Amino acid sequence: MNITAVTINGIAVTGLLIAFSKDKDKAIKSLKIAGKSFVGMLPMVFVIIIIIGLLLGFVSATQISRFVGEQSGMVGILLVGMVGAVLHIPALLSFPLAASLLEKGASVSAIAAFITTLTMIGTITLPLEIKELGRKMALLRNGISFVIAILIALIMEAIL
Amino acid sequence: MRDNLKQKRDWILLGIILLIAILLLSIFPDRKGPVINTLWDYFIEMMLILPAVMIILGLFAVWVSKETVVKYLGKTSGLKGIILAIILGALPTGPLYIAFPIAVTLLKKGAKISNIIVFLSAWACIKIPQEMVELQFLGPQFMLLRLSLTIIFVIIMAVFIEKMIEWSENRVATMAS
Repeated sequence: MNITAVTINGIAVTGLLIAFSKDKDKAIKSLKIAGKSFVGMLPMVFVIIIIIGLLLGFVSATQISRFVGEQSGMVGILLVGMVGAVLHIPALLSFPLAASLLEKGASVSAIAAFITTLTMIGTITLPLEIKELGRKMALLRNGISFVIAILIALIMEAIL
Repeated sequence: MRDNLKQKRDWILLGIILLIAILLLSIFPDRKGPVINTLWDYFIEMMLILPAVMIILGLFAVWVSKETVVKYLGKTSGLKGIILAIILGALPTGPLYIAFPIAVTLLKKGAKISNIIVFLSAWACIKIPQEMVELQFLGPQFMLLRLSLTIIFVIIMAVFIEKMIEWSENRVATMAS
């Protein structure tokens, strides 16, 4: 168990202890929410883990780096950014996927672009965003977010 | 109702992926070892943090209500407003579509557009549980650098969008008069 996992579990346990000492009913309610979201997420957890397993077992590092590695360059970053914008997988699960791609030779910029567009841009929630906040604001936010994601990716590649 | 449908779809997807995996591994039995090893490693790593992340999520969902967010974000502006928008957006309180109605309420209450954009973007991509999982899988350097760059650019974008919307509204106003 690494430090991050220990810390996160420590925070969760401390939080729960405080919650139970303050308001037992509310604490139980949050545990129920936690359980429900955990079970709800399980199938996608398994899907992502199996995809990672197949990816690392069958696709060679050279193939991965050709599409999302240094050789793919700007086109690769833009492509991965677009995939991230359209895909609708829980952000929490994109990190293990990203880690497995990095392990296999994907570039930092491609990974950063993927995670950033995936979280910032919601293609599926866009109609709702337009309805609630208006076309101008929703389109500006999602459009500029894409540009930002690419910029963040390029800066991260330069620094890391 | 909607969640049920999504659940069903996810389980069907799992079945399909599982079938593909079994098929591939029976055609190429030599890959079974590495694939199962990877599966197991990632599974353990997920299970070490996911329950804890969900508990933190549940605690915030119950203790920080929409009303709290609206109360704090409706009044403040300037740098303080932006910082508050990031913090409130980053609290693990649910998926993005919950944030839209909150944003509408805030707009009606006269909150600044830049604050709303920062709030929405923080809600989408600076969530505390997300950062925890990112830290676990991609390391502190990657996570901290991406987090700080995201915050900087989100603030720039927010101010820019506010100016754009104000500018276009002014133009409409002068054309009408």
